Amino acid sequence: MTINPQSLNSGVFPNWCPGCGDFAIFASIKQMLVKLETPIENNFFVYGIGCHGHMVNFMKTYGFEGLHGRPIPVAEGAKLVNKSLNVIVVSGDGDTYGEGMSHLMHIMRRNFDITVFVHDNMVYGLTLGQGSPTAQCGFKSRSTPEGLIDHPVNPIALAIAGGATFVARGFAGDPVHLQNLMLEAVKHKGFSIVDIFQPCVTFNHINTYQWFREKVYKLEESGHNPSDKMEALRKAFQQDKLPIGIFYREETEKTYEEQTATQVPLLSEQLKTDIKDILESMR
Amino acid sequence: MAQKTQWKIGGEAGFGILSSGQVFAKACTRGGLNVFGYVEYPSLIRGGHNTCQTTISEGKVRSQIRQVDVLVALNKETITLHLDELSLGAAIIYDPDKTAATNEELKRDVRLFPVPFSKIAMEAAGQELMSNNVSIGATIAVYDYDIDLLLSVIKEQYLKKGEDIISKNLNSARAGYEYVKKNFPEPFKYRLAKAKKQASRMLFSGNEALGTGAIAAGCKFYSGYPMTPTSSLLHFMAGNEKKYGLIVKQAEDEIAVVNMAIGASHAGARAMCATSGGGFCLMTEGYGLAGMTETPLVIVLGMRGGPSTGLPTWTEQADLKFALNASHGEFPRVVFAPGDMEELFYWAAKAHNIADKYQTPVILMTDKHLAESHASVEKLDQEKITVERSQIVPDNTQNYLRYKLTDIGVSPRALPGQPGNIFVANSDEHDERGISTEEKAMRMQMFDKRMRKLAHITKDIEPPALYGPKRAEITIIGWGSTKGAILDAIGGLSEQGIKANFLHIISASPLHSEAIAKALKGRKPKLMVELNSTAQMAGVIREHTGIDIPNRLLKYDGRPIYPEEVIQKVRQVLNR
Ligand SMILES: Cc1ncc(C[n+]2csc(CCOP(=O)(O)OP(=O)(O)O)c2C)c(N)n1
Ligand code: SF4
Ligand SMILES: [Mg+2]
Repeated sequence: MTINPQSLNSGVFPNWCPGCGDFAIFASIKQMLVKLETPIENNFFVYGIGCHGHMVNFMKTYGFEGLHGRPIPVAEGAKLVNKSLNVIVVSGDGDTYGEGMSHLMHIMRRNFDITVFVHDNMVYGLTLGQGSPTAQCGFKSRSTPEGLIDHPVNPIALAIAGGATFVARGFAGDPVHLQNLMLEAVKHKGFSIVDIFQPCVTFNHINTYQWFREKVYKLEESGHNPSDKMEALRKAFQQDKLPIGIFYREETEKTYEEQTATQVPLLSEQLKTDIKDILESMR
Repeated sequence: MAQKTQWKIGGEAGFGILSSGQVFAKACTRGGLNVFGYVEYPSLIRGGHNTCQTTISEGKVRSQIRQVDVLVALNKETITLHLDELSLGAAIIYDPDKTAATNEELKRDVRLFPVPFSKIAMEAAGQELMSNNVSIGATIAVYDYDIDLLLSVIKEQYLKKGEDIISKNLNSARAGYEYVKKNFPEPFKYRLAKAKKQASRMLFSGNEALGTGAIAAGCKFYSGYPMTPTSSLLHFMAGNEKKYGLIVKQAEDEIAVVNMAIGASHAGARAMCATSGGGFCLMTEGYGLAGMTETPLVIVLGMRGGPSTGLPTWTEQADLKFALNASHGEFPRVVFAPGDMEELFYWAAKAHNIADKYQTPVILMTDKHLAESHASVEKLDQEKITVERSQIVPDNTQNYLRYKLTDIGVSPRALPGQPGNIFVANSDEHDERGISTEEKAMRMQMFDKRMRKLAHITKDIEPPALYGPKRAEITIIGWGSTKGAILDAIGGLSEQGIKANFLHIISASPLHSEAIAKALKGRKPKLMVELNSTAQMAGVIREHTGIDIPNRLLKYDGRPIYPEEVIQKVRQVLNR
C-alpha cells in the first residue's frame, strides 16, 4: 500500500485544542512516515497518557496506548520480540521526565533501536495545566499558585550524559524542520530522542509560539558538529537562545536488540518446546 | 531402611549449606528414595545461621518434619539451636577441633560422631572450604548408604569446573566417608539403602519446576528484577536463555518488568514475569493494563513474610486477598496457587494457556517454601503439555476488529507487523477497533465482554481435589504450598486411627464455589490451615459459599507448616 498522509488518518478527527502544537507534531510524524517508505504495518507506536497520547485514536498504524509514564518499557518488550518493527514512542514531558523518568534513563544506556518523541509543553496538559518537570522556575499554575520553586530538568543534557546515541530538539512551530529531524531520528541506528517544543495554547501562557520563535535557532545553521559530545553538552545548557536540531549523534556498532537472542517464535508458530534436557539434568 | 528419616545440616552462611543439602538429596534420589529438602537462611550473605533439612523415605515424602535423626553441625551453634529437635539416639556429626560436645553436657541420648572436618579437608584437598564435602561423605557412612551415588553426583556437579576441582571435591567426600567407616564401625540405628524398586526420579526446586513447565509450554519472554523468592527463577530462566532461544531481561524495576512483558506479549511472544510482594505492589497498575488491553501474561507472585520488606527469606501466604484484588477497577481476576513441584510444572503451562486462550493476565502464586524447597519428582510428563491459544487472524483480514464483541468475550488477535490488520490497543476504555470511547453503551458492552471470560475459564480448569477418604471425621482445607504438610499429616492421622481428608484449592479465582460447598456441606468438623493471621482463604470461601470455617490453624512466623502441627491441631479439634 502506498502511504500518503491521508492514508495515515484513522478517521477520528483530532480533538486537541485549536492551535495546539500537537497538530503540527501529528502532521510531521505522518510526513516523516511517508518519507521513510517503510511498509505501514512495520511501524509500531507506543503512546503515553496525556493530550499527546490521544494520537493513538487519530493515527492509523499499529499502536498501543499504555500507562502514564510507561510507554518506554512496553516499546522495549515489543522490540525485543519483533526486531523488524520500527518502534516509536510518542510521549509527554510529564510522562517521560516525570512519572517515567527512570525508564528513560535506562533505555538510554541500552541503545535500543527505538525513537522517543517527547511533546514538551512544560505542563501536564490533560490534567489541566500543572507545571511539568520542564516548567520554568516561577511557573504559576493551580497547583503552584505562588510559582514553582523546583528547577526544570534539562532533557537534552540528560540524554547526552545518559548515553543516548541521537539527541535532538524540534519545535512544533517549524514542522518542516521537525519532519526532517524525526526522519533522521528514526533512521538512526540505536536509541534516538527528539524533545519537541510544543506550545500548549490553553495552559501555558508563558512558553507560547511567540516566546519560542524569539528564542530558537537552528544548530545546523550555526556550524554545530553533532559528533562533538562536549560541544553538544555546552549547547544543551544554553539558555538565552534555545538551539533546535541535532545536538549529538554517534554511530554505534550494535543495537541492544541485536545483542539478544535471535528472533523468538511468535504465537502463530510452533511453541511447544522439548524439555527433555532439563529433565535429564535434574536426575 | 527406616520408614522416614530426617537429616539436617547447619552452619554459618557462606559455607555451602544449600549446595551440600542438594548434593545429598540428589544422591538419595538417585538411589530411588524420595526426599523433601527445606532450607532456612537469613537475609544476609555471610554469617547468620543457615540450615538445610532433608526428609528421606522409600515411600512418598512431601514436607519437612520436626524430628531430626542425623545432625551435621558445622559450628557449635547448630548443636545448641537444634538439640531439642533430635530424636532418641540421633547422630551428631561435628568437628571436635571446633566444637566440644559430650553426652553429659548435652544431657541427651545422642550418638556423637566427632569427625575433624577441617583437618580431613586440608589433608584430602588442601582446602578447609571442602569441609562440607567431608561432612556429606561422613553422612553417607553414618547412614551406611552408597558412597558411589554421592561421588557420581559430585562429579557431575563440578563437571564444568575442571579436573582439579572435581578431584578435590571427590577426595574430601571420600575421606569423610572413610574416616567414619574406620573410626565408628558400629552401625547407627537409622540406615539408608537404595530402593529395591529403582525408579528414575528427578530433584526439582519449585522455581525450577515452574520454569520448566513454562518453557515446555512455549514461554519465550521472561522479565524480572531480583527479589527473594523469585530470584532463583530469574536465574533458572537466564540459564536456559541460550539453549531454548528465550529472551530473559532484568529490568530497572518491577514497573518496567511488567510493562516490558506486556509489550513482548502484545508483539506476539508468550511472556512471563515474576516478583514478590513489594515488587508486585509496583506491578499492579501494569497488571490492570494487561487486563484492559486483553494482553496474555503470566505474573508469578512468590510470597514471603510481609508487610513491607518483612521477612525477606521466610515464607507466608498473606498476599491472597491482595492478589485477588490487585489493581483498580474490575477485570477477570485469575489466580492460581499450585501446591507442589508437579503442580507447579503443569499449572505453569496451564497458566500460559489460559492467559493466551482468554487474552488476560494470570497470577501464579508460590511462596518461599514452595519456590526454594527441593523435592524428588517421579515424572513430569511433557506429553501432557499442550499449547492452547486464541485465534490469530490471517494477514489482510477484511474489516478486522481487534476487540470484536463475542459470546465468550475473546476476540481474534492480530500482531503488529501483519499486513492489513492495523489496530490499536488502548488503556482507555475503547470500542471494537480499540479507539477510545466514553460512550455508555459501548462501555458496558466492552466491560461485560471482558468479564464474560471468567465463566469460561471456570469450566476450563479442574475444581479443587479432595484427598483422603471420602467419609472422614474431619475435612482440612488449604491452598497452595501447605499441600505437602497436610497430606503427610492425614497419612500420620490415619496411622493413629483418625480419618481425615483434605480439600486443596489451587484456583483462588475463579473459585469453584459449588464444588467447595459440596465438599464442605454437613456438620462434620472442618479445619482451615493457612500461613497468615486472618485466614484469608477462609474469608474468600465464606464470601463465595456462605460457609464459615471456625477452626483455624494459622501461622505467620515465617516458618512453613509442619505435619506434626496439623496432627496436633486435628486431635485438639476432635478432642482425641
Ligand atoms: C499513574 C497516573 N498518575 C496520574 C495520572 C493522571 N494524568 C493523566 S495525563 C497526566 C499528565 C500528562 O502530562 P504530559 O505527559 O506532559 O502530557 P500532556 O497532557 O501535557 O500532553 C497525568 C498526571 C495517570 N493517568 N496515571
Ligand atoms: S491542553 Fe494544551 S496540550 Fe492539551 S490539547 Fe489543549 S493545547 Fe494541546
Ligand atoms: Mg506535557
